[in-house]
Amino acid sequence: MMKLRKVLVAVLTIAMIAALSGCGKQDNTTTDNEETTSSPEATATPGTEETADTTESPAQDLSGTITITGSTSVEKPLTAMIDEFMALNPDVTINYTGTGSSAGIADTLAGANDIGTSSRTLKSEEEVDGLKEVVFAYDGIAVAVNPANPITDISTEDLAKIFSGQITNWSEVGGNDASIVVVSREGASGTRDAFEELIKLEDAGGLLEDATVVEGNGNVQTSVAGNENAIGYVSFSFIDETVKSINVDGVEGTPENAKSGVYPLSRPFLFVYMEDKATPAVQAFIDFSLSEEGQGFVEENGGIRID
Amino acid sequence: MNNNAYKENLISRRKEYPEKVFKGIFLLSALVSVLSVIAIIIFVFSKGLQPFFGEDAYSFLEFITGLKWDPGNDVYGVFYMIVGSLLATLGAIVLGVPIGLLTAVFIAELAPKELVAFIKPAIELLAGIPSVIYGAFGLGVIVPIINEISPTGQGESLLAVICVLTIMVLPTIISLSEASIRAVPKSYREASLGLGASKTQTIFKTVIPAARSGILTATVLGIGRAIGETMAVMMIAGNNIGGLPTSIWSKVRPLTTNIAMEMGYASGRHQDMLFATGVILFLFIMVINITLTKLTGKLGDKGRSK
Repeated sequence: MMKLRKVLVAVLTIAMIAALSGCGKQDNTTTDNEETTSSPEATATPGTEETADTTESPAQDLSGTITITGSTSVEKPLTAMIDEFMALNPDVTINYTGTGSSAGIADTLAGANDIGTSSRTLKSEEEVDGLKEVVFAYDGIAVAVNPANPITDISTEDLAKIFSGQITNWSEVGGNDASIVVVSREGASGTRDAFEELIKLEDAGGLLEDATVVEGNGNVQTSVAGNENAIGYVSFSFIDETVKSINVDGVEGTPENAKSGVYPLSRPFLFVYMEDKATPAVQAFIDFSLSEEGQGFVEENGGIRID
Repeated sequence: MNNNAYKENLISRRKEYPEKVFKGIFLLSALVSVLSVIAIIIFVFSKGLQPFFGEDAYSFLEFITGLKWDPGNDVYGVFYMIVGSLLATLGAIVLGVPIGLLTAVFIAELAPKELVAFIKPAIELLAGIPSVIYGAFGLGVIVPIINEISPTGQGESLLAVICVLTIMVLPTIISLSEASIRAVPKSYREASLGLGASKTQTIFKTVIPAARSGILTATVLGIGRAIGETMAVMMIAGNNIGGLPTSIWSKVRPLTTNIAMEMGYASGRHQDMLFATGVILFLFIMVINITLTKLTGKLGDKGRSK
């Protein structure tokens, strides 16, 4: 019996070692395989990129450094575009610093950057000769309530009062006699920043402390769908049959209304630059942002395409 | 016999080389976890303590006693989160330990074999369910129920968190308690029964006290699970941005969910503050582990000396 067990142990040990070394070998072969399969791809991709380059920007061999400062709200689609553009044009370096829209525009006017970004329209004193503005995306936020809620319209003032806790009952804005359940987003959310800015929540005293905070548009949708008295805000794409989008100041929240600017909870994402100072690289980057590929990044990051 | 011993000697000599190799493998395996702990401590603490030092340092006192978390306005207070985390854990333990202990006693001492064969796999399955499923269950079932009965009209609350955490700590508490109850020598029970004690008296006066060290360990691990749980509670806690919880209907924002919710796109000081939240959480778990390990040791000794 003892002997048998020892033999068994020995056999198992050998088996284990064999298995371990077998694993190693297998790993090797798979990596080899990957290498051999990936190498033709690697040779293929630069080829396609080159052709894309020649079609998109006739001025080949772009080089130089582009400095972009301004709005932080545009960060996600913009950095996605920058990464792709720099991969396509290895000689171009783009630096982006989020400083806020006003600072970005002021930098452009002072010549301190190559492109300024803004998530609001220009004020009249900012519109000077030679300054060119290009809208590369729109941002729209829908106000979502439960489908059982009779409310169909709300003003931005009332939204600010609801989200700051000054209005706590739906009857105060023409709804049922029920307390309002406020659903907001986590502190780092760009949608939250934009929403609070657009309804001027800071002037009304900031977000209600007891508001439910959830992570991501999807969870806002679920929370509002699950509670008859809830109100939240989401990107347009998150409105479906489980939640109801209500009009704001009498305007329906649609991408069309957001683009035309009549919907209050919308804003353009702008590039501003001095036309006479624009280098070929700057022009190429702006063209890229408006191209099918650039607009794809806008859509991917929750924005509304310009077309 | 002699022949056998010779053979064994031969085998042991032949085995020496693999012995050494395996010793090395064992040591390497042990080092992985130790080095991981050290690396995590260094990383979390160096990142998390950064905002409290240097120029424009954030007051640590404000951080630890603050009642509002508003990164947009540079306000970072975690006291209400600490309270929320502790209350949620306390609630889960207060409900979970008695239920778990009684279940363990039932399985180990009272239930017929056929029933045990049904209950045990169910509990093991409960332990294996991913926490996000618990969260989805809480959001889909528990929150709507609380919606109906809560005076605030909202289901995301401390109560919902306690309900889900109670279910989540049960498997840990049950399986460890059961093992320690089964480890109580049969002679204890026989002596107790022989002295005329009833079955229930035997369980509560003899078996459970003898097994208390294991039960306490089960509780510690349950606390660890409850305070560290993230995904499930994030979906049902409400995660309010400020204010102490005043009742079981209040929303809470446990420390864990604060980190998980905002780490994705926080940057600069905001991110450092999330690491600082992690430091607090880490300290909590360390304190809980150390005190209760000591407590278990003490009680275990007492149980043995008796």
